[in-house]
Amino acid sequence: MATLASRRPIDSPRVVRPRGQVYTIPVRCKGCKFCIEFCPEDVLQESPQMNSKGYHFPMVAPGKEASCVQCGFCTLVCPEMAIFTLEVTGA
Amino acid sequence: MSEIVTTTHPTDPLLRAERLPHIWCPGCGIGSVTACYMSALAESGLPLDQCVVVSGIGCTGRVAGYVNLDSFHTTHGRAIAFATGVKLANPRLQVTVFSGDGDLFAIGGNHFLHAVRRNTDLLVVCVNNFNYAMTGGQAGPTTPRHSFTTTTPRGATDQPFNLQHLAAALGVVYSARWTALHLRQLKTSFSQALQLHGFRFVEVLSPCPVGFGKANDLGEGIEEMEFYRAQGVVDRRISPAEALIEMSKSTPLPLGVFVDPERQGNGQAGPAKGADGVVGR
Repeated sequence: MATLASRRPIDSPRVVRPRGQVYTIPVRCKGCKFCIEFCPEDVLQESPQMNSKGYHFPMVAPGKEASCVQCGFCTLVCPEMAIFTLEVTGA
Repeated sequence: MSEIVTTTHPTDPLLRAERLPHIWCPGCGIGSVTACYMSALAESGLPLDQCVVVSGIGCTGRVAGYVNLDSFHTTHGRAIAFATGVKLANPRLQVTVFSGDGDLFAIGGNHFLHAVRRNTDLLVVCVNNFNYAMTGGQAGPTTPRHSFTTTTPRGATDQPFNLQHLAAALGVVYSARWTALHLRQLKTSFSQALQLHGFRFVEVLSPCPVGFGKANDLGEGIEEMEFYRAQGVVDRRISPAEALIEMSKSTPLPLGVFVDPERQGNGQAGPAKGADGVVGR
């Protein structure tokens, strides 16, 4: 009997895990932490730095530099249009 | 690579980016809903110079000032009345009303009723934050029972409107409810509604930490978003009549598309079927 591990989607060799690059606009951030909380890969954390209004904006957590999978949810959930990701191609 | 700091956002061309950061409080969801609507509109293929946003008064009323479209900031409660005028003057326009629950259902309640009665070709987006936030957190038509606001210090006594039941009973073409967390579903609903004609209604629940959340054990915006994630249920067996929002940690929060021209059941008339069961004869 075939084990469950042998049941792979037939297109799995062709599926590439996408990689995203996080871009931030610290001056717009109001520190609501939606992007940090709802990132499915826990890529983000609060920066120790503050913007001119005194809010701690998001930054990529140490060790998570290659973890973004370009799901784009931080771009959607940010109420301030202060964070987005773009897909890294090549490399 | 770690993050790259920049100054422009991909949605900036759709917004009046020179006005950002906007006036909405930290933890408010109106900004996400606005960006979600604009990206759905951009992807819909509709010519943006044929799209109009009309807003009333209130926090959500400020949306008209941030979208990079022809937009109209109207008097309190009269957004649907002005939008009807815009649509009648130029029927080719895609007119969207963006306003809050207090503006659309308290002072503007009658306009909603009669616009649905006439099946005016409008998309009405109601950002529901359960209170009058801009004026200091007073109780409004959607404030759940037993909730605390500045005018209900011992808890609201009145039954709130269930906006999905109201819209379904009046006979809208399309009606959906999502939250400021369910943005992918919300974007799909905006895209579906933009392709339809007649009166379409989309309700979006948004955190309001300053006006509603802090007084009602919901805390900051992030905690109210967690509440939406924990309590939100999408179940097509829930009829619009059963979709009352109680904002209690012991009851589910019904979300989803409640009225849809392609949906049958739940007491709604589906598309007319011929004798052989084929739709559209």
